[in-house]
This record gives sequence, C-alpha cells and structure tokens, in this order.
Amino acid sequence: MSTTLLEPGQEAGRNYLNADYSIRSWLLTTDHKRIAILYLVSITFLFVVGGASAGLMRLNLMTPQGALTSAETYNKLFTMHGLIMIFFFLIPSIPAVLGNFLVPMMIGARDVAFPRLNLLSWYLFIAGSLLAMVSALTGGVDTGWTFYTPYSTTYSNSYVVMMAVGVFIAGFSSILTGMNFIVTIHTMRAPGLTWFRLPLFLWSLYATSAIFILGTPVLAISILLLGLERIFGVGIFDPKLGGDPLLFQHLFWFYSHPAVYVMILPGMGVISEVIPCFARKRIFGYNFVAFSSVAIALIGFLVWGHHMFVSGQSVYAGMVFSFLSFLVAVPSAIKVFNWTATLYKGAITYHTPMLYAFGFLGLFTIGGLTGLFLATLAVDVHVHDTYFVIAHFHYIMVGGAMMAYLGAIHFWWPKISGRLYPDAWARLSAVVIFLGFNLTFFPQFILGYLGMPRRYHAYPPEFQVLHVMSTAGSSILGVGYLIPLVYLLWSLRYGRAAGPNPWGAKGLEWQTPSPPPTENFERTPVVTEEAYAYTGEEASVDA
Amino acid sequence: MPDSELALAHHFVDLDQQHDAATLGMWVFLVTEIMFFGGLFAGYALYRSIYPAAFGHGSRLCDVTLGAINTVVLISSSLTMALAVRAAQLGLRARLIAFLAATLLLGSLFLGIKFLEYSHKFHEHLVPGAGFGYSGPNSRQVQLFLCFYFGMTGLHALHMVIGVGVLLVLMVLAWRGHITPLRSNSVEVAGLYWHFVDIVWIFLFPLLYLVDLHK
Repeated sequence: MSTTLLEPGQEAGRNYLNADYSIRSWLLTTDHKRIAILYLVSITFLFVVGGASAGLMRLNLMTPQGALTSAETYNKLFTMHGLIMIFFFLIPSIPAVLGNFLVPMMIGARDVAFPRLNLLSWYLFIAGSLLAMVSALTGGVDTGWTFYTPYSTTYSNSYVVMMAVGVFIAGFSSILTGMNFIVTIHTMRAPGLTWFRLPLFLWSLYATSAIFILGTPVLAISILLLGLERIFGVGIFDPKLGGDPLLFQHLFWFYSHPAVYVMILPGMGVISEVIPCFARKRIFGYNFVAFSSVAIALIGFLVWGHHMFVSGQSVYAGMVFSFLSFLVAVPSAIKVFNWTATLYKGAITYHTPMLYAFGFLGLFTIGGLTGLFLATLAVDVHVHDTYFVIAHFHYIMVGGAMMAYLGAIHFWWPKISGRLYPDAWARLSAVVIFLGFNLTFFPQFILGYLGMPRRYHAYPPEFQVLHVMSTAGSSILGVGYLIPLVYLLWSLRYGRAAGPNPWGAKGLEWQTPSPPPTENFERTPVVTEEAYAYTGEEASVDA
Repeated sequence: MPDSELALAHHFVDLDQQHDAATLGMWVFLVTEIMFFGGLFAGYALYRSIYPAAFGHGSRLCDVTLGAINTVVLISSSLTMALAVRAAQLGLRARLIAFLAATLLLGSLFLGIKFLEYSHKFHEHLVPGAGFGYSGPNSRQVQLFLCFYFGMTGLHALHMVIGVGVLLVLMVLAWRGHITPLRSNSVEVAGLYWHFVDIVWIFLFPLLYLVDLHK
C-alpha cells in the first residue's frame, strides 16, 4: 500500500474539500456535503461525551454498593448519557451526516432544496448541544432523559430548564432536516429517477423525515409546557389544579417512541444499500422493503402507550397499544427476511461494511424479538423498568442503529474522504465491537429478568457477577469504538486514493469522483435502470 | 442579468422546480405547525372533557367583544395578504407594497387588541400563578383553563409577531424592487404562513371565548 502519494491526476480536480480551506468557508457553507462533515465532527464529539458518562456508570456498577459516585451523581450520569446519546447523537447520526451527504447525490441533484436552512439546522443543533453541555457541566439534570412530570416540573433540584431548552432547540434542527429531505426527494430527482427506482436508503430517510416533521413538534410543545410550568410554578400538568401528569407522558412518548424509529429506520436504509452491494444481487422484494419503511413510520405513531402499561393507563388502552406494538414488528420482520433472501446465493464478500451489516442483522433481530416480550402486557408488568428493557433498546439502538451508522461510515468513507481505510484494522474493530457489545448487554437481559431495576446506583450482591461482565464488555466496546476513530483519521492523510467507485457499487453517488466536486455532478445524470442492478458478474472488490 | 437568471438559485434546474420546492417546503412546515399547536389542542380537549363546568366559567372571563373584533381584523388581513400575493405575481409593485402595509397594520392591530386583553386579565388578577385572584366556583380548574388561554393565545401571538416581522422584510424587498413576478415565491409562501396563523385563530376563538355562550 502506498502511503502519502496519490496516483498522478487523482486529485487534480477541484472537489468540495479543497475548494476553499478557510474556516469561514466551512462555517458559512451551504454545501450539503460540508454540512454533513460539520455534523460528523460535532456528533462524534458528543458521542464521546455520552460514551464517557456511560463508562462512568458502568464503573460505578462494579460493586454492589456503588464503586465510584454518589447516588445523586449517578442519576445525573444516566440522564446525561440518555439525553446526549438520543437527542444529540443517534437522532442526527445517519440522517444529518450521511443523509445530508447522500440525499442530493443519490438523486442526482446539486444540493438539498433549502441549503441555507440546512446550515441553520446545524447551528441550531450546536446551540442546543451547547446548552445541554453547559447544563451538564454546571450541575447536571437528574430526571432521566424522559423528563417525567411532576418530578421535573416541581421537585428536581437540577438544571432542568436549560437542558429542556437545549433539547427544544435541537428539535428544530431535526425538523429543518426532515423538511429539506422531503422537499428534496419530491422535487429534485434526476430525469428517469422514479420513486420505485430510488435507493431504499432514501425511502427510509423519507419515512424518517415524516416522523421528524410530525413528531418533533409535539416533543417541542411538551418540553415548552414543561419549561413554562417549572419557571412559573403553574401549568397544565400540575396536579394541584387538576392537571394530569400522565398527559405529559402521552405527549412525550407520542414523539419519543417514533423517535426510536427515527434512529433505526435510517439504519435499515443503510443495510438495504450495503447487502445488495456485497452480495452482488438485486435486493429481494424492493417494494416490500420500501413500503415497510413507510408502514413502520405510520404504525410507529400508534404504539406510544406501551411505555405506560404500568402508569395507570386504562387496561383497554393497554390492550390496543399492545396489539399495535405487535403489529409494528411485522414490517420490521419483512425487512429482515428480505435482506436474508437477498443474501441467498449471492456472491458475498466480507468487507467491513458487510460485517457491520451482518452484526446489524443478528443484533437487531434479538432487539426486535425481545421487544415483543415487552409489548406483551403481562410480561411487561414483570420486566418493566428493569435491565431487560435497557438491554432490549440497546440491542436496537447500539446493536442496530450504531452498527448501521458505523457500517455506513465505512461504506461511504471512500466517497466522503476520497481515501481508503486499512481494511484489516476495520474488520478487526467490527469484530471487537460486536463481541464487546454482546458482553455488555446480553448479561443485562438476565439481570433484568432476575429483577434488577434500571436507574439504580446500587444493587444486591448476587447481581455482581453479571454487572462485572457487563462493565468488562463496555470497556471492550469502548476500545472497539476508538480503533475506527484512529484509522479513519489516519486514512485522511495516508490512505490510498479510493477512486470513484471502490466497491463496484450501483447508485448515482458512485458515478462521480471521490471526493465529489462541489456541484456533485458535471452534468445532471439520467437514470435508465432500477436501483441495485447488480448482475453478479461485476468485478470483485480489491480493497 | 435577466430576471430569470437572478431568480433561479444555483442548485435548481428551472424556475418551476424552485417554485414547487418553495411551496412544498412551506406546506411541510405548516404540517409541523399543526402538530406543534396540536399538542395544546389535545391537552385542551382532554381537560375540557374532564372539567366542562370549569371551562365554561373560565370562558366567561374572556372578552367576547374584543375577541370578535380581533377575528374580523384577522380575516380582513387574510384578504389583504391574498391580494398582496396576487399583486406580486402580476408585478404591480405599488399595489404590492400597499397590501403588505395593510396586512401589517391589521396584524399589528390584532396584537394591540390582544395586548389590551392581556392587561385586563393582569389587572383582574386572572393570570395563573401565585397572584391568581379568581374566587368563583372551580377556581383551580378555571386556573387550568387560563393556563390554556394564555398558552394557546400566547403561542398564536408569537406566530403573529414573527409574521409581522416577515411582512416588514418583504416590504423592504418590494421597495427595493427585489420582488418581481419571477421572484415572488417569498410573498407566496409568506402568504401561506399568514393564512395558517389566521386559521389557528379561527379555531382558538370559539374554543376559548364561546364555550359557554349558548346557555
């Protein structure tokens, strides 16, 4: 492998990275690709913060009485971990980084429909995350990421309002991103690119955007009402006036359950891109995969009540929500079966993105199936608010969404940076992450089933073995996340030039140089074939 | 440079595409606004069904006359806004500025009357919180009603303030000759926004002011 030198002519052209090196040109850019990079850098930083707070929690749980922190600090740590990872990492991760980079490229457009709003969304995100950081550093929040009333409005003695304002502002950055994607996909597709020729990544981002624009405003209004109630000491959730704190839970979960699909749908889109490429086959059942994204988004709006099975919601509401929660598993299962069928008799190569895709398949399936336990009313009474729930949603969010995010970064890194990363290191880290993840979270299923409640800083001694296993796993996971950070940065300087299409993949984004020029395509491409028109005869990947 | 080139942003293929994107974008934004207000409407519906009597009492505290005047003011402003959009599309600059100014005036009048109502409530100690002074029946649930009153009309007024700001910007643009038939998207989408804010009021007025009037 040559190190610093590029083949002659490889970097002769202007691209979006070398078009201008000034800081001003980055901070005032309206280029969707540069905004994607701005998001990538910011959320990587926030991921480290959120990961560090999780690391401290796991260290504390090494011993039954709590090895490290006071109970109060522990409460602030898990609150911070949840808030940062959900609102400031996972929700923007694939949409704001890869979506911003890829939506215009995949449809053959020069930019998103509203480039200035796109930049505004990044600034809103930064403003929101700064407020969250300041709130965390000056005293923290101890309500849990769910901000349940009346604790958050009346009793919590922590910086709730500042954190709530941060989440509120960051929400508007999601809304702007969602608006941009919907309008861009509707109005700016290249000639010949019909809806059923769109890459499935775009179908999933479209469904995600629908959740952004329908759900996020409801979160915004509930957080606004919560903030007003805390500031003025009076409001609509106040039980003293006859208000109902459960209303807050309804409004909160009306967004925050669909937000789970915001985190997983883009990941499903990534898997739908990666699997056909490395199996060299058309996706099996394109229409089913496409419409299952839409179905997940729609049904996902009708299941929020399963977070309140034990909150005093009526038993009939509980039964309906339970049924609908089972229903949402159907389109998810359709996707898994279709990906598996795509692999069948494919010419499979095991490059890094594919390893992440395999990791996703297994872990998402476990996460999804354990979700059915929780959708079952009677079982949920037993495992509600235990580590079983924690393990379940981490299998979806870390095992699913995070695996897909890393897979996506590895798949499109050559396009984004123009360089190849060392594949051996990348495969190694994918395996380390997979092992570390399972060691961290599988014991938590058992812990939860045995009765270990979530959010406790101390526990009975008989749980210690499983807790120590989990902590050990989290340190392996941490190392696994560090390795890509190192070799991806390394590759920026020393990686081999990637060329336009290192994977031999289909899709418009691979038909332009890497890194792409600022205007993406020299001339607007014309699409004449369906997505994933792999024949199985393509040259194998040499990377 | 010809107007058609000035009008087309670099990333669109043609003016039609740009127009479609602008209007669709505003419609999508209005969907988010519906959901934003929707949370409050849902809460209102819940509590009104639990406490119908208190919401009736609370509603009598609202000044129906001022509310009705404001409704007329706002509907009139929708008319002038629609006329402004038409003038922009036809390229009638003087008329565009006049109708924008009329809309701006009517919007400000609405906000002035709203301010008057708020100050009455303040003097009558009807603002929820520590200084709340209503002592009639169901006083606590009446306070809940007034939370909704201030929350919903306050949020609506905030949207009006933003709308007035947008109108000011559009007037400056029109004054400088930056709005032409080919470059009238901004007026059109601002019009969509303005009509939406009016429609919200059309729902707020009966829900808050007229609850108990039929008795």
